[in-house]
Amino acid sequence: MSYITRPRVRYAGLKKNKLGLTVRDYEGGMSTLCAGCGHDSITAAIVQAFFELNIPPEKAAKMSGIGCSSKTPAYFLNASHGINTVHGRMPAVATGANAANRELFYIGVSGDGDSLSIGLGQFAHSIRRNLNALYIIENNGVYGLTKGQFSASADLGSTTKKGLVNNQPPIDPVLLALSLGGTFVARGFSGDKHQLVPLIKAGLMHQGFALLDVISPCVTFNDHEGSTKSYAYTREHFRETVHTDFVPRAQEITVEYEEGTVVPVELHDGSRLLLRKAAADYDPKDRGDAISYIQHHHEQGEIITGLLYLDEHTDDLHATSNTIDEPLNQIPYRDLSPGAAALEDIFRSYR
Amino acid sequence: MQKNTKDRINDFVIKLANVNGTGSASANNLLMKAIFRMGIPVVGKNFFPSNIQGLPTWYEIRVTKDGCVARSGRVDIMVAMNAQTYGQNRDEVSPGGYLLYDSTWPRDQKLHRDDITLLGIPLAQMCNEAFADARARVLMKNVAYVGALAALLAIDMDVIRGLLQKTFAAKEQLMAANMQAIQLGYDYASEHFNCPLPISVAAMNQTDAYMLIDGNTAAALGCVYAGATVAAWYPITPSTSLMDAFAHFCDTYRKEPSTGKNRYCIVQAEDELAAIGMVIGANWNGARAFTSTSGPGISLMTEFLGFAYYAEVPAVVFDIQRGGPSTGQPTRTQQSDLLACAYASHGDTRHVLLFPANPEECFDFAVKAFDLAERLQTPVIVVSDLDIGMNDWMCPRLKWDDSYQPDRGKVLSKEELENLDTFYRYVDKDGDGICYRTYPGVHPKGAYFTRGSGHNEHGGYTEDPVEYQQVLDRLARKSDTAATVVPQPVVMRKRGATSAFIALGSSDGAVKEALIRLEKQGVAMDYMRIRGFPFSHDVQKFIDMHERVFVVEQNRDAQLRSLLILELNVSKRKLISILHYDGFPMSCDHVLEGINETLAEGSAA
Repeated sequence: MSYITRPRVRYAGLKKNKLGLTVRDYEGGMSTLCAGCGHDSITAAIVQAFFELNIPPEKAAKMSGIGCSSKTPAYFLNASHGINTVHGRMPAVATGANAANRELFYIGVSGDGDSLSIGLGQFAHSIRRNLNALYIIENNGVYGLTKGQFSASADLGSTTKKGLVNNQPPIDPVLLALSLGGTFVARGFSGDKHQLVPLIKAGLMHQGFALLDVISPCVTFNDHEGSTKSYAYTREHFRETVHTDFVPRAQEITVEYEEGTVVPVELHDGSRLLLRKAAADYDPKDRGDAISYIQHHHEQGEIITGLLYLDEHTDDLHATSNTIDEPLNQIPYRDLSPGAAALEDIFRSYR
Repeated sequence: MQKNTKDRINDFVIKLANVNGTGSASANNLLMKAIFRMGIPVVGKNFFPSNIQGLPTWYEIRVTKDGCVARSGRVDIMVAMNAQTYGQNRDEVSPGGYLLYDSTWPRDQKLHRDDITLLGIPLAQMCNEAFADARARVLMKNVAYVGALAALLAIDMDVIRGLLQKTFAAKEQLMAANMQAIQLGYDYASEHFNCPLPISVAAMNQTDAYMLIDGNTAAALGCVYAGATVAAWYPITPSTSLMDAFAHFCDTYRKEPSTGKNRYCIVQAEDELAAIGMVIGANWNGARAFTSTSGPGISLMTEFLGFAYYAEVPAVVFDIQRGGPSTGQPTRTQQSDLLACAYASHGDTRHVLLFPANPEECFDFAVKAFDLAERLQTPVIVVSDLDIGMNDWMCPRLKWDDSYQPDRGKVLSKEELENLDTFYRYVDKDGDGICYRTYPGVHPKGAYFTRGSGHNEHGGYTEDPVEYQQVLDRLARKSDTAATVVPQPVVMRKRGATSAFIALGSSDGAVKEALIRLEKQGVAMDYMRIRGFPFSHDVQKFIDMHERVFVVEQNRDAQLRSLLILELNVSKRKLISILHYDGFPMSCDHVLEGINETLAEGSAA
């Protein structure tokens, strides 16, 4: 298998965004994943979201670890830098990159093996630091690239393709993020682009760590009857609890909604989210409620999706570190060196 | 070799045995600084436990008019403040030496020895009478023995007063208490003993151009001057003080005047894996970033170091070596990470290493490490150790050239990218194995996908044998380039010498002193101190020039010798090991013993 360049085809009728770019300008190389892989749908949603947000591609940085999911940054945003790091350690690289330049849009793509097993520690700590990044877990319950072993997100009692039964409880990244103080916690399904694109947009614009867990079936190793991460199972048990509409800055809200069903939220840049609740008793601003609601419904076999929790008023890594507004990698050297005179003072103080 | 006391002015060793957590460190520091301020060269070594309170700890001050920089191996005056270690402390005193102890309680039988002089001072009793506060009584005992030593050794009281004034400028009460304790000890010693002792100090003018600083502080300062803006770390002895010092200097020199905000970001990571990952992420994104760690941290960082080597991302790592293997001895010194650092990670890797021998080089090499990491687009590990990093060394005035500009290496600017047709990350245009890189966020044409998986010179994923090998071979060429730009070895030649020493890092002082002693015995030897890896051609030439080369190093398995054999064309037989690895800093005696053993074996054969 080698690197495949996607043929550049331009249609005259393609819609352009405010930067004069078409959706093609946000695409990447040809995917080498299996036909029908959920990850490719997420890739398409990412492309759509960046296009619609009018983000210059070079202002995005793509981060990933190892696994099928982590290959996908090669399949979107060809004009953005990307870094495919080591297994489970993408959050650290993203943290360093973000520390160096706070102005870029960081999108991390990981999998359930990468984030919930080998990289659980880094995943947890990047939430604690409230790293300003969108972190997508393409969650399929298996290790695809090594041919179908259970991952830590596999549900109790679910089976492998060959019939082995999983008897260890799953780690739910959504519940984990909520318990760790995550400030943006969402779940989607690769098969629902209508829900996914606004979630990606909201996550990119959130000032802090935005977790987006996306159920993304593995067609080759986990799309069978005993799986709880198959297309069929997910479609049947999927329940959108909070639908998110993304309204860009300075755009009027035209949607009409019934009083009490929508929570409007303004993000730091002035864009707004309309959180439309399908369940009247659900409050996406209450962490404790969110945890018990999701837990309760998981026990009933339901997959609760949507922007499940949001706190838009928290300090990210830069705020807590009190760093200057200018990106650290752009400070002129003259402002970094104390100079020879200071060294003389230091000499005297160490005499 | 017992010298007679007449020539022991400004040439002796004081060892102070304390209990850790009792405030002895500041008293011992005051003592050493006072002698230093009198213009007399000193060497200070701290032997401390991996513990916070209650265990034995020692401080050793070598007063050396000749300006030696290693330990001497003797103890002329032992200050025994820890009853738990009396027996051991008594045994350590060299014949003819002195043992000062707290005589508040009846003398311990363990203190007796015929060939040394005991000096009993009721330190606890005096301090209990003079101070009401319980904590002060403990702390001031230490200050009181400094006063006694001032009388016994003829240390200038004005100098001590001056130092206390500097320390307690804002705390008048503490100043008064400290001075009172000093005076208590001073008066008691003056009244009860013949002061000064035959072993004593006399003012010189040999320290004006020096400061007392540890290598970690100097390295941190180097990072500030190099323009490092991102630092990530995980606490580990003996490297923690490097990051503490960096934070301290940044707090002073790196605030944006208009806002008070930081022109730096220090992240305490969840572990060393994350720390090096952050460093790689920040460097990838065009900031100068570093981490400081020790052996166990290096073990954890190896996978990422291999990634940065292969994906060609700069990174700067300080390895402050301690005793290994495993947890080993966190508060002891060793040079036992050499092989682990040189080839850290699986697959074919070879890292750039710098070996500072003292705080001055810690400062210089810190700056150099960033320049080399960005020039070579690869990790650079500054391999220091606990002895250099945590002990106070006499260090000449650090020099800084204000015209310095960081060498950011081959980085394409926005304008250069604009004028390019296509950019390919791993094409070797200049033939030195170093390719052009781009920073994220600068220009869409500069985008590429950085990966640790097999890639071709265009940066694309490949499983093609030719494309894959092409990149690996270029990395080997880059390593050859690295050998020419790392700090070159320092060589000392003697007329007619056919044998030589090779050493690195903190073994330097012991080897240099051994050279002087050997010359006095009529043995002329050459010396090469290696300062960088991959080895430059000069290392091969130097070995070729000699019949026999003694490789002096502080580990059990002769790791430097192994590196020389692996990397160069030398006969194993020619390289004779002198090894020291008990965890304490090396002294000249260790080197001489090694030589004598070889000579004895030679004559027996």
